[in-house]
Amino acid sequence: MTPKKLAVTFAFGSLALVTVGATSVLAQSHINPPDPALGTPSVATEESHIGAVTGHAADGEKHYIRYCIGCHGPDGNADGMNAQWIDPKPRDFTKAVFKCRSTPTGTLPVDSDIFNAMTRGFVSTNMPQWRPLTPQQRADLVAFIKTWSPRWAQEKPGTPITIPPETPDTPESVERGKVLYQTTLKCVECHGPKGLGDGPSAPSLRDNDGNPIKPYDFVNGSRFKCGTTNEDLYRIFMTGLDGTPMPSWSDFVDPNQAWDLVHYLRTLQRNYHPRHTAKAAAKSTDQKGG
Amino acid sequence: MIKWFPKNSRGIQSPLLSTFVIFGLSLVGMMLSESQPVYALPLYKVAAIPAFARKYGLPCSACHTAWPELNNFGLVFRDNGYQLMNDRDSPIWQNPSYFPITFRITPQWHRESTSNQPVDSIPGGGTGSTLVSRNVTQAGFDLSGMDLWSAGTIYKNISFLLLPSSDPFATWHFESAWVRLDNIKGTSWLNFKFGRFELDNLISEKRFLFLSANGGIYQTYHFDVPGSINDFGIGDNQIGMELMGHNADSSMRYSIALLSSNEGGTGLTESNLPGGLPSNRSFDGYMAFTKSFNAGSWGYEQFQAYAYIGQRATYYQTTSGTPLVGLGNEPFYRIGFAGQLHFKNLELLPYFMHGHDNAYLGTLTPDTSGLPAGTKGPAFNGGFLEGQYFVNPQLVFFGRFEKIDVAQQAAINLGSVPDNYGNVTAYSVGYRYYPIMFSRAGLAWHNEYSITKSIGVVPESLDGSGLPPILNTQGVWSSSIFVGFDFDF
Repeated sequence: MTPKKLAVTFAFGSLALVTVGATSVLAQSHINPPDPALGTPSVATEESHIGAVTGHAADGEKHYIRYCIGCHGPDGNADGMNAQWIDPKPRDFTKAVFKCRSTPTGTLPVDSDIFNAMTRGFVSTNMPQWRPLTPQQRADLVAFIKTWSPRWAQEKPGTPITIPPETPDTPESVERGKVLYQTTLKCVECHGPKGLGDGPSAPSLRDNDGNPIKPYDFVNGSRFKCGTTNEDLYRIFMTGLDGTPMPSWSDFVDPNQAWDLVHYLRTLQRNYHPRHTAKAAAKSTDQKGG
Repeated sequence: MIKWFPKNSRGIQSPLLSTFVIFGLSLVGMMLSESQPVYALPLYKVAAIPAFARKYGLPCSACHTAWPELNNFGLVFRDNGYQLMNDRDSPIWQNPSYFPITFRITPQWHRESTSNQPVDSIPGGGTGSTLVSRNVTQAGFDLSGMDLWSAGTIYKNISFLLLPSSDPFATWHFESAWVRLDNIKGTSWLNFKFGRFELDNLISEKRFLFLSANGGIYQTYHFDVPGSINDFGIGDNQIGMELMGHNADSSMRYSIALLSSNEGGTGLTESNLPGGLPSNRSFDGYMAFTKSFNAGSWGYEQFQAYAYIGQRATYYQTTSGTPLVGLGNEPFYRIGFAGQLHFKNLELLPYFMHGHDNAYLGTLTPDTSGLPAGTKGPAFNGGFLEGQYFVNPQLVFFGRFEKIDVAQQAAINLGSVPDNYGNVTAYSVGYRYYPIMFSRAGLAWHNEYSITKSIGVVPESLDGSGLPPILNTQGVWSSSIFVGFDFDF
């Protein structure tokens, strides 16, 4: 075969692919117009703001297709082809209900809350840490995720709660936290007397979608669902994990009691090394506010 | 709704139809070409492991720019010891029926053609026949070798990989086999690997996109100046141990490896197949340092500097002439840098290597003897620039230009060796189309054209076939056309 014929052969194959394969693929890669019943997304929901980084939904879409669609689905409603095999189930973005927030229960999270959750992933679930994506790429994804629900156009995110300075971690504080855990707040009902996540209510717990859900195992867990630091733990029980049976305790405990609970829960953790945690906190890339 | 994957489907819908149409059209193109007999059988070893996709429920595109090439998420996953670090990596969390096995093979049609081959002027040789230079061409349907992957975690922070691999004739060997202790002392900066493994090459030849006989290897990764006894290839799996570390997003990484001086050979020989020469008793060292820079929406821009310092035997302890142990070690080194640069959907991969062998290696001289007068250690400079354009996660176009210049011939006084003896120039272009992209298996339609020119020697290729030209000043052009289905499960 002459070089000319070689070139023709290859060009022929390439052209065939471009005209048939690429067009068929590209023709399918679009978002249908939003359902009018869900309202029209505003410009604000097409962007996210994480510190100095502005994310754009249009750029986030391609990352969503590459990384997220298998679980969270082409409609963002957690019906990706892998969802049926995953436990716990992936997040349904059309409901705009998020576990890890800095904002009060029932409110929308701020952009950085979603960004931080995406960055650290969710321990003991299939949601990995997306830290290998650049901050810009993650911010783009946050902007895109917000296009799935009309809530983002209709409501403003809540105001992040204030976390007061930590009280001294003393034996007395731990003892007060133990009373809160075992008796006052009855955390023991779900998390169990030793924090193993095996309380008497544990087998019957369901999330808002009716799926079985396990309480956190403080003893064996390497890190919390929503962070690693004492502040993260404080925030979890003052904001609650929306969509799960874990309520917000902000109306029932004052800040000092919340810190007592933090100090007690730390004593349950087999893998807790204060020095490592402090180091991790110092290096944390969590974004504040925004 | 994004209509990308067949929603809630485990089957293949219209993309498969497209593939068959493409295949048909390409086949018509092939049939228009004429074909003559000769070489072939690509034998490549590349890595994509759907067993991980099945384990974690992630689509191929989560870890791969276009499988088998890793994206940054896949790189971090690999650096973590094939762990997502979500407390669910240990096998105890898997369904007991889960078994981390992946098969990969590539049915294909390919055409190989090489110029300036010494051919009998009268077929069959005999009286009156002389050797003349002719083109030799062969084409036909074929199979690749097969990989049988198993990889994952034995326990939390103990990972492994086992890769029995065969050629197209089902002759098996262990391409790779290692165990790795991950995150020693709770830090990602300490990971210890032991066994036969790929060196920490930023641009991995085991995970690249090229499959054809000529394009399916990086020439630079296997180049040694013609005439040298050195058989080293930085793209070949080596045997030994490695200490490596990385930060949380692998934007900074290091690798230090101690390796047997036997090109990854097993059985204390210099080959992973039976019949290799006995190795010596010495060790090589490899070091690589990689740093990434955040380029916003473009992704991470990665750069790597590396150095390999090794030695090879120049003669053997023998019994009745049969080699027993390699002796008379003499040194060589390879140094250079690599990059993996992202510009949105475009990726560029620059690579450079400088190689130098000791004069004893370069002239096949036992180091107990004196060197021929005027000989020098052979040296070369090689490199390539590869480009990939990702139309979307299911379609990628790629191309590569590669160049190797012999900077110093060993036998400079013989007069019969031209300065450019061994020089290589190579070009490859192609595309891969993935009609499905999900979390259970992978399928790619692959079309590639590669052409390579070398001076005085037959170009490196996966099939290793071909003969040196009659004159060492002649350029040998070797071309490959490849079309086929690349699939793994």
